[in-house]
Amino acid sequence: MKLNRKTKSSNEISTSSLPDIIFMLLIFFMVTTVMREFEGLDVVLPRAKNIEKLESKRHTSYIWSTKDGLVSVDDKLVNMSDLGEVMYVKISRDPKLTVSLKADENSLMETLTDIHSQLKKAQALKLNYSSMSQINN
Amino acid sequence: MQEVNSSSMSDIAFLLLVFFLVTTTISMDKGLSLILPAEGNEMEVNRKNIVNVLVNDQGKVLFDDKPTAIKDIKRKAISKINGNSNIIFSVLTTKRTKYKFYIEVLDQLKQAGASKISIANPNY
Repeated sequence: MKLNRKTKSSNEISTSSLPDIIFMLLIFFMVTTVMREFEGLDVVLPRAKNIEKLESKRHTSYIWSTKDGLVSVDDKLVNMSDLGEVMYVKISRDPKLTVSLKADENSLMETLTDIHSQLKKAQALKLNYSSMSQINN
Repeated sequence: MQEVNSSSMSDIAFLLLVFFLVTTTISMDKGLSLILPAEGNEMEVNRKNIVNVLVNDQGKVLFDDKPTAIKDIKRKAISKINGNSNIIFSVLTTKRTKYKFYIEVLDQLKQAGASKISIANPNY
């Protein structure tokens, strides 16, 4: 007696749910992506070991400071005397704001002290010295 | 019944996916965190609880009035903290000190577990 298989199963993997998987990945990336907003100035960050991650990119504002003493906030060059005012506007919009200071490793403490006092004036007290992680010991 | 052909749906989704993969920046910003003191919030501190850390233009450090190499600060700071848990490290630079030396010193103090770090304004 001859047995016949009634249904012939195909050997191919079903790809009908592939778009669903891809869409799920897509939505994940869309939700997690934070677009880079600003180009910033050209700085060489110092290196440090005991570094912490910033809590959230959404509550972070960046200040760039080059070795020539140029200071920029949101891709606009800012006079040192106006920095406090600019930061005050930002901190009043978002009280949880952390300031990430991207200063060049060869910039002078004179500039940094000015930035400190401007930030104190603006009550932007949460500060983070942006630095690269040190690899060697 | 007429249906919209959905076979290219996955292609479109792939394209969008690749776009978001490329534009996503995973590199989180990292750095040394510090809380600045509020303005006009000055306290009197007992002289015994203060360790002065002076950093000069050349990146030479005077830790508690003794010349110290930057990499030795951590060890000395730990012994200071063990001796007195209320110790405050006061970092004083000159105006022409490079930021990199300041970060190195701050890093050493942070590695030693110092929580009370004061940044003094340089006078000269």
